[in-house]
Order: sequence, then structure tokens, then C-alpha cells
Amino acid sequence: MAYALQQLINGISLGMIYGLIAVGYTMVYGIIGMINFAHGDIFMIGAFLSLIGLTVLGGVGIVSVPIALVVVLVVAAAITALYGWTVERVAYRPLRGSFRLAPLISAIGMSIVLQNFVQVSQGARDLNLQPMIRGGVSLMDEGGFVVQLSWMQVMISATTLVILAVFTWLVTRTRLGRAMRACEQDLKMASLLGIDTDRTISITFVIGAALATVAGMLFLLYYGSINFFIGFSAGIKAFTAAVLGGIGSLPGAVLGGLAIGLIESLWSGYASVPYKNVAAFSVLAIVLVFMPSGLLGRADIEKV
Amino acid sequence: MTAPLLRLSGVTAYYGAIQALKGVDLEVHQGEIVTLIGANGAGKSTLMMTICGTPRARDGRIEYDGTDITRLPTHEIMRRGLAQAPEGRRIFPRMSVQENLLMGAHGRTGPHAAASAEEVFALFPRLKERLEQRGGTLSGGEQQMLAIGRALMSRPRLLLLDEPSLGLAPLVVRQIFGAIRDLNRATGLTVLLVEQNAYQALRLANRGYVLVNGAITMAGGGAELLARPEIRAAYLEGGH
Repeated sequence: MAYALQQLINGISLGMIYGLIAVGYTMVYGIIGMINFAHGDIFMIGAFLSLIGLTVLGGVGIVSVPIALVVVLVVAAAITALYGWTVERVAYRPLRGSFRLAPLISAIGMSIVLQNFVQVSQGARDLNLQPMIRGGVSLMDEGGFVVQLSWMQVMISATTLVILAVFTWLVTRTRLGRAMRACEQDLKMASLLGIDTDRTISITFVIGAALATVAGMLFLLYYGSINFFIGFSAGIKAFTAAVLGGIGSLPGAVLGGLAIGLIESLWSGYASVPYKNVAAFSVLAIVLVFMPSGLLGRADIEKV
Repeated sequence: MTAPLLRLSGVTAYYGAIQALKGVDLEVHQGEIVTLIGANGAGKSTLMMTICGTPRARDGRIEYDGTDITRLPTHEIMRRGLAQAPEGRRIFPRMSVQENLLMGAHGRTGPHAAASAEEVFALFPRLKERLEQRGGTLSGGEQQMLAIGRALMSRPRLLLLDEPSLGLAPLVVRQIFGAIRDLNRATGLTVLLVEQNAYQALRLANRGYVLVNGAITMAGGGAELLARPEIRAAYLEGGH
């Protein structure tokens, strides 16, 4: 019981990070129908920028952890947003209206470019960060096994929930969100109503990149160790989460993220760690057999 | 005579290798209702979309209110006072009626949008009853009203109306055509109307054009075209 609870806590923390990344995949898919394979690498760059930023702030003697985190997050998100914007502008927009696979191939190319860029500029080894958020609470003690909820895990869930709440408000209540949803539902009609669709698509990439940066920073703080390849593995997981939840659906992305996180941690806890990815992808395959559009996805049937 | 509000000269457009418009000349003057009739696949909807820059005209020139809009991006064209209720209505299916209307308001919100919405509700009271309902769940007639209402939200000078009668019950068609006439008389709204229902369209319109295989073959006053035997034979016999 205690052991299961601990795995649950670990799984939710991991799942929140996947969910944040998955939102970026699902948003871009919703609006232009392509999988942005470079999104995982934007997450990785967000983690690197956070590491650089925190190290620099530590070096100049800023010791207040909350201030350091907020400052670094804002700066890192701004820089990755620029990356997201540039990737779309350089690698995807020129291919719009081309055959469907072209931007996909371009996305894989972008992913390799970003990975190699970081590998060359930051080195291929793991880089570490001293834990900045320590401690936690013991929830329960069962025959010597203590269930721990660390402050770091609390921060992951709290940050993710706040960010997603703000994001949901943006999409459902604001003019920009309405324009984004209009582009997602009918790009041509949106332009007929005076919406600058290219600009709206750019903003979608920018927001997705900023969310991935939040995930990148949380990942860095949680695991304390990053390298240029984390974008690939986390990206594939988050992409799986988006598909599992129903690609194009925002709540689906978060739900899918939590599902993948829980499967991974429960499988690692009760079966075998080396096979955790097999478990996650098997669940994806099984769900898609019975629910081809994912957990919360809608079948593409529209009234004519 | 003043310059026309909309003037097309020698406009061609292609879908891939297929030429859909073959040098169209057309004029719409301020305050007029002009109709474009023609068979299925003649290029009527393509013409309406080409005016809005999607697909873009390959040759020729499109002028609106004295300025050349041929090469402008679609959203910039639409911000100059044109609005289109396109073929197939293209309601945003997962947005409420209210949100669909707001999308037509070109980012104007608050009192301006509310005033526009009241005008739309005066025309189509049904929409007010459906305000919170999702666009995709409306009936065909309601969707058509919403498509026209959405186009009117920006208070356009020129309304492009593509097949408003398609698939609708005769009573609803009459209501929609009545609304177009009222708007034209009350506010001087200029309308370019594409219709399969040639009889009703020509009765409503001041002038009409006949489009055959991407080219204009006939033009004239609405009543005048209605009286022509070749029009009767091609577009009116058997119906109404």
C-alpha cells in the first residue's frame, strides 16, 4: 500500500512533465496537422538554458531560490520561444501547402540540428545541478517503508497546474485563444474573417516552446542531470502521451501525460525497470486498437 | 457614373494545372445586388474565393474601392470591408454561436461587437435563442443564418454570399433572401450573390452575370436576364 502510494506520487510528478510537453505537440498538430518532432529538443534547450541561467545566477551570488528560478524561467522561456518561432519560420512555413510528409521530414531534420548544436556547444556528457529544492514530508510509515512527498514534487504539480490553468484561460476566454481555435477548426475560414493565420501559427509555436521550457526546468530540478539527448526520449514519451490522450485535445495531452508517467513508474516499481518503455508503448498500442482517436480525441466526423 | 466598388478585369485562376477562371471581367457598384449564376462546376465559388485571394488570381487585376487588392494577403483584403459567407457555410463546429459571431467582428469586442450582434439578431432572431449552442449542432438553415450573421458582424460594405439557399427548405430560403433585400434597402449594403437557384436570385438582383466554364457569357439586368429564352432553357426550366 505504502509502496503503491509512493509509485503513484512519482508517476504523477513525471506525468505532469510529460503533459506539459505533450500540450506543445497537440497544439501544433491541431492547428497545422503536423507532428513537430523538434519540440522535444526545444524542451531540452529549455533545460540547458535553465542550467546555464541558474549556474550564472549562483556565480554572481544571488542566493534567493524563488527569485533565481523565476528570473531564469522567464529568460529561458523567452529564448526558447524565439527558437520555436525560428524553427517554424525557417523549416515549416516554406513547406506549407507542400505534400504532407515534407514538413515532417523537415521537423526530423530540425530535431537533429538542435541536438547536434547543443552537443557541440555544451558537450555530450551529463551536466549536473546541485539540488535546489530539498526536503519534503513523510506521508506514512508502513513497516519501515516511508512514503515521501518531496517539495520538488509538490512544486512540479503546482507549477504545472497553474501554467495549465492560465493556458486554458488563454485558449478559451481570450481573443488570441479564439483565433487559435478558429485556425485549428478551419484555417481558410479564419483568414476569410481577417485573421492573420501565419501570425497565429507562429504564436502557437511560441507558446508551445514556452511550455516546454517550463517542463525542461522542472526536469532539470527534479533529476539534477541533463544531456543533449533528453529531448529525444522525453519528446517521444510526450508525443506518445499526446496520441494516447487524443492528438489535438488539450485535456487529452495532460491526461495522456499522467497516464504515461503512471504506467512507467508503476511498471518500474512492480515489474522491471528496463521494460518500462515497452509497457508504456504497449499500452499506447492497445488503446489505439480499441480507441483509434485516443482517450479524449474526437473521431473526425463533421456535419456537412 | 462613379467607379465601381469591386472591379475584376481579365482574372484567371488555377487549381493545380486546371484553369478554373478564364479571364473574368465583372463589376459591382455601391449599393447594388449583383448575382452570378451558372451550372455546377462553372467556377462561381472559385471566383468568390479568388476575390479574397485564395486561390490567388494568376493574371488580371482585382480592384476594391479604387485600390488594387490582387496581391494582398487574404486577411488584409478582408479587413478592408469585404466579408464572405462561403460555400458550405464553414461554421466553426466546436465554437458556440456567440463565438462564431465574435470571430466575424474582426477583433472588435465590447460595445461595438454587441451592437453588431444586435443587428444580426434583429435579422435572424433564431440565432439569439441558440447563443450558447455549438455551431456544429445547428440545423442547416440555422448554420446559414449564422454564416451570414458572422459575415455581417464586421459591418462590411461588400458582402460575398455563396449559395445561401443550398439544401434549405423553401421557407428558410425565402426568409434569407428577404433578409438580404432588407439589408440592402436599409443600409445600402452591396451584395455579390452566387446562386444555383437562378430564378430567385435574378428576381432579387439588380444585375446578373452568367458564368460558363470559367468565363462570363452573358450579363444584364436581373429582369432582362430572366426574360431571355436561353437563360430560361439552361437554368430555369423544370424548377419553380
